Amino acid sequence: MQFFAILSTLRRHRTAAALIVFEIALSCAIVCNAIFLIGDRLSRMDLPTGVAEPELVRIQLTGIGRKADAAAVTVQDLAALRALPGVKSVVSTNMVPFGGGSWDTTISTLPDDPDPQVRSALYMGGPGMLETLGVHVIAGRGFLPDEYADFHALGTAQAKLPSIILSRALAERLFPGKSALGQAVYVWSKDPQTVVGVVDFLTHPDPIQHGDRAAYSLVLPMNLSYADGGTYLMRVEPERRAEVLAAVDTTLHKVEPSRVIVRRDMFTDMRKDYFKDDRAAYLLGFGVSIVLLIITALGVVGLTSFWVQQRRRQIGIRRALGATRGDILRYFQLENFILVTMGTVIGMALAYAINLWLMQKYHVTRLPAEFLPIGAALLWGLGQIAVLGPAVRASLISPAIATRSV
Amino acid sequence: MFSYYLDLARRSFRRNVALTALMIVAIAFGVGASMTTFTVLHVLSADPIPGKSHQLYIVQLDPERMIGLVPGGEPPDQLTWLDAQALMREGHADHQVMMTGGHAAVEPQREGLEPFFVDGRWTTSEFFDMFRVPFVAGSGWRAEDDASAARVVVIARSLAERLFGAVDVVGRSLRLEGTELRIIGVTDTWRPSPHFYDLNTDPYAKGEQLFLPFATSRDLKLGHEGGMNCWRESPDPEALGAPCEWIQMWVELDSPARAAAYRDTLTRYSEEQRRTGRFERPSNVRLRDVIEWISYKEVVPSDVRLQTWVALGFLLVCLINTVGLLLTKFLRRSMEIGVRRALGASKRAIFTQLLVEASVIGVAGGVLGLGLAWLGLYAVRQQPTAYAELASLDLPMLGATLVLSIVSSMVAGLLPAWRGCQVTPAIQLKSH
Repeated sequence: MQFFAILSTLRRHRTAAALIVFEIALSCAIVCNAIFLIGDRLSRMDLPTGVAEPELVRIQLTGIGRKADAAAVTVQDLAALRALPGVKSVVSTNMVPFGGGSWDTTISTLPDDPDPQVRSALYMGGPGMLETLGVHVIAGRGFLPDEYADFHALGTAQAKLPSIILSRALAERLFPGKSALGQAVYVWSKDPQTVVGVVDFLTHPDPIQHGDRAAYSLVLPMNLSYADGGTYLMRVEPERRAEVLAAVDTTLHKVEPSRVIVRRDMFTDMRKDYFKDDRAAYLLGFGVSIVLLIITALGVVGLTSFWVQQRRRQIGIRRALGATRGDILRYFQLENFILVTMGTVIGMALAYAINLWLMQKYHVTRLPAEFLPIGAALLWGLGQIAVLGPAVRASLISPAIATRSV
Repeated sequence: MFSYYLDLARRSFRRNVALTALMIVAIAFGVGASMTTFTVLHVLSADPIPGKSHQLYIVQLDPERMIGLVPGGEPPDQLTWLDAQALMREGHADHQVMMTGGHAAVEPQREGLEPFFVDGRWTTSEFFDMFRVPFVAGSGWRAEDDASAARVVVIARSLAERLFGAVDVVGRSLRLEGTELRIIGVTDTWRPSPHFYDLNTDPYAKGEQLFLPFATSRDLKLGHEGGMNCWRESPDPEALGAPCEWIQMWVELDSPARAAAYRDTLTRYSEEQRRTGRFERPSNVRLRDVIEWISYKEVVPSDVRLQTWVALGFLLVCLINTVGLLLTKFLRRSMEIGVRRALGASKRAIFTQLLVEASVIGVAGGVLGLGLAWLGLYAVRQQPTAYAELASLDLPMLGATLVLSIVSSMVAGLLPAWRGCQVTPAIQLKSH
């Protein structure tokens, strides 16, 4: 019964009703998209790496001028670092996930492929590389001690790279439907590398910029000096990471003083740093959504208060004619529900339209349908909370008011 | 009349403090959020070299092999050393420069200062004039120094202060990766944003601290920094003639006619290279000026543009909110308006009065919004991204903030004011 009464009342306040419906629609559309984008960023911040994150520590260093003895110094460096208390393993490598910058290569199943189709992240490291990273070999084996080549000898006749380890995603891309173990692949030269092992997962160092091939990685057994790779990766007992980092500078300077330690970080901080833009965007989206909802709620409060004020006499008359306080309260609650419902229906359509536009312009993915009821429920709840104050005040209007003139 | 309307507005606000405050706060939030994001957008998309951005052009050629050719595709962003050198020798532009980014270890000759790395630019003599680099002491090098790979260096003020604790250090020497270089100039603080002449690194990062002749950097085998793309395997990508693109070349051309002529020069060069068999692809040259280059490279982060849209949507909601509340407010005063109409005020007068009231709310919201924008930009500056520290309000944006809030509150006031002035005096007076 009340439903039709409300509709006819709203028809008489068309402008105000339309405004509030429109405001709710816009809020709904913006908040739906904002929540979706926030969720997108949040899930991105959880991107897996496949490495033993809580235990890893990275040192970036570089020599001054060209050093002839870099390889020998590196051997001493690694031994000195390994001797630090709490250090489980150390390796000299060319890159680590989230480390900034990456080495990439093409990889093919054909020798001298003129137009190789697959690109992969290229990890190189000496003995202990897989153990230090903490990646899991799910098929085959790790590298054998005699498989490591010297980076500087590459390109010369005596340098042979007999073996390679692929990430599972890369192995499946190159050899769909069959085992990659024992197969030949070509990374750099005419000489093939045999796939000796497959690791479960190892991310591209910069997975956001390489979304289509974030899981394609390969590892080559390579002895790098600090001058080639510039990175020492250490696996450390998690609670001793700070202690180890503090000792790094003096340890390395004792070995050979004319070097610059550019960075020393815990992997957990590198992850934080890598996703700093996402965190900022997430905070902004969150803040905007909250303020937007508050403003919309206050708008509802303002408009409903006005309507209550305007209809004091009618409410008094209804009360005098036998309507209970509960009836009046429910009247305004139902009215709000109708308005919010209209708003959210339009809002959902608008949310989809905005999302389509964002998809075209900013490479945003499609808004999943389950976000729409979330937005609607949020606004319904908010509308009911906002209307409660004015509605209670309306229900307190005394029936006697009907007999008085204002 | 205006002051009378202001007085009426003041009375009306006092009657409804909560509602008025709500409107002011809503406008303030909308304006504050919009101006925060506008300012960031404004700063990031500013012309990095005003007055010259249409005379400086970046040169692009396509030297790659046929495999992987995308019809209608863009040529690579950088040149090979060989092509850059050939075009520099031809010298058909008014001014021209070739360069690459680099970094090198400085070994201070001062007690207690460890060696450290600085970013540098290996370039040619006309760099400083073409890009209007300010000097505090000395000057850049001459073309002869390029030819002879002179051991000279220009350093930034910040590096001079760090190394010597002084600014005028012309004539002193700087030890770079084991080689002594003579300091011939010190540049004043200079940070073009975006870092348009080389967008391979963060476009809003701080500029280089070290400039030296490209030929010298090759002699000393100084490290290269930035993009490097090889279309064939190469044992030494930094060798002259290597199939690798890593050099930027800029030319200065004073008129569109000169630019058109230079474009023809590039096409001719490309055709020549095709004839000798060095280039395989059909000629595909570009000559973009600074503004075209920045927009082609999509330098402004897409997050920033997205945030601007979010803020605009936010402002729109705040405005609709204000429209609703103003409507409420004005209609509630139907009786007052009826009395004023009966006493002889015209519809136009009522309309003006109500608009004045709306714009007073706008001004108040604008001032508060300015405060919020200032806070918002402060929050942006705390972010760890490179562009963050550039984000601050300037005078035009300050004015724009106030204009935006007054205009938007007046737009919001139009409908309510129009509805308000439609009040018929007779009905209002009769019913009460």
